[in-house]
Amino acid sequence: MNQPLPPPRSWTTPVLLVLLLGLIVASFATLRLDLAAFFTPEAAGTTLEFLGGFTPPETAAPFLMKTLNAALETLSMSALGTLLAVIAGLVLALPASGRWGGAARALVRVVLNVLRSIPELVWAALLLVAAGLGPFAGTLALAAHTAGVLGRLFADALENAEPAPEAALRINGAPALAAFFYATLPQTLPQMLSYTLYRWENNIRAAAVLGVVGAGGLGQMLKYHLSLFQMQSAATVVLAMLLLVALVDAISYALRRALTR
Amino acid sequence: MAALPLHPDPAWRGRLLACGLALLVLWPALVYSEFKPWLLFDPQSLAAAAGFLSDFLHPAHGLEFLAMVLRETWITVAIATAGLALALLGAIPATLLVSERLSISRLGTDRVRWPAALLRQCVRWVLVLLRSVPELVWALLFVRVVGLGPTAGVLAIALTYAGMLAKVYAEILESSDAHATDALLANGAARLPALLYGALPDAAAELVSYTIYRWECAIRGSAIMGFVGAGGLGQRMDESTKMMAGGEVATMLLMFVLLVAAADLVSTLLRRRLG
Repeated sequence: MNQPLPPPRSWTTPVLLVLLLGLIVASFATLRLDLAAFFTPEAAGTTLEFLGGFTPPETAAPFLMKTLNAALETLSMSALGTLLAVIAGLVLALPASGRWGGAARALVRVVLNVLRSIPELVWAALLLVAAGLGPFAGTLALAAHTAGVLGRLFADALENAEPAPEAALRINGAPALAAFFYATLPQTLPQMLSYTLYRWENNIRAAAVLGVVGAGGLGQMLKYHLSLFQMQSAATVVLAMLLLVALVDAISYALRRALTR
Repeated sequence: MAALPLHPDPAWRGRLLACGLALLVLWPALVYSEFKPWLLFDPQSLAAAAGFLSDFLHPAHGLEFLAMVLRETWITVAIATAGLALALLGAIPATLLVSERLSISRLGTDRVRWPAALLRQCVRWVLVLLRSVPELVWALLFVRVVGLGPTAGVLAIALTYAGMLAKVYAEILESSDAHATDALLANGAARLPALLYGALPDAAAELVSYTIYRWECAIRGSAIMGFVGAGGLGQRMDESTKMMAGGEVATMLLMFVLLVAAADLVSTLLRRRLG
């Protein structure tokens, strides 16, 4: 009795694996990392000493006030940046969902892609030229990147919305704005809110670190204290970052439950 | 018959009121973030921005410069790849420790012995710490320890991604079908064979797919970490921005967008192969 032949093996898998291995080896070869230096007894000693430098975190009242201030600045940047992005995203999503023809749709989508593909931090570095050092540049940077992300998501939501209700209102004589507000917007609003909350969670993480290029908030403080080798102050700032992110996650979770129930 | 409403949206007053209230709530945020849009139109900053932007129209394209950009781009990719490779070295053992799927004491009783539970919880806390400190902060710290250059970037990616990968790997393993692993363990298989022959065949595609996705993220991350001095494209971009060399920034920005798009494409193609 003939055994059925095993299925032919794909030759692409070994090729891909070899390529992958080559990429990894080439990476390590170019970077010439001196990783062995991390596993010597002296290195362990230095690392312990370095880590020990972070304890105890600085807890003097004036410093805590300063950290709180920077945390509020970061929170404001993230909230305002997200809000601006929602407004800009909505305005861009209308043409990007094909409401005003295919040409406008394609053009606006290119704009959204450009906004989206440049990360917040790069936006911040660029916007510092125009807006100067400080949280304002950070807010604009968050808004620019997030507008690209939200605009695309909003446009997709609008395109996927059921068109019949709006058409019915329009045929029966409702003005365009009313038809949009009462037929399409209610369909897409829950999805848009959910996207917005999700981006806000992302933005608080981004806002916390944006400061390292000089765009205000906790990041700027961290960079400042690290460059002066004030490790205990830096430890407080990092802890404040973690707390802030956890807090925003909790608020966002509560809001999401309240809004989507 | 009632008169037709004058405004196309009958609820416009309510909407306007809601917007006003939201603005009132956000007022402190406006103050804290020093929201002064008019600063953008200050003649001095307008001139600086205009000069910077007009340089953008002439991207730098000297041969030497382009060669440098390509070299830095490769370094960015290399940092991401090396970082992810090191992250895997940490993430795989951590996954094995954390995943409850491979617990033998759990079999039948569904309860884990307390030393094992304690160990798992400790490893979980370490992983949470690793991934909740942003990679950029890790990079800043390592730049202080090992100095400017790619090593800081590689270590930052290795630590953050080890935390993320181990968590998601454990989740993927735990969401795969339990029967095969349980049957193997109950019949006396050791843990590693039980993993390799029970859980892995079911979960391998998803694990690889997630790893490729993270590689794509690492490329974006390593480009950004250059801004704090961790080498690669970001570092050169930071330098050029500080010197207000708009043409150089334009070229590097273009390269960055191309790199991210290419990584995205490769990642999508590879993941589609996995089905």
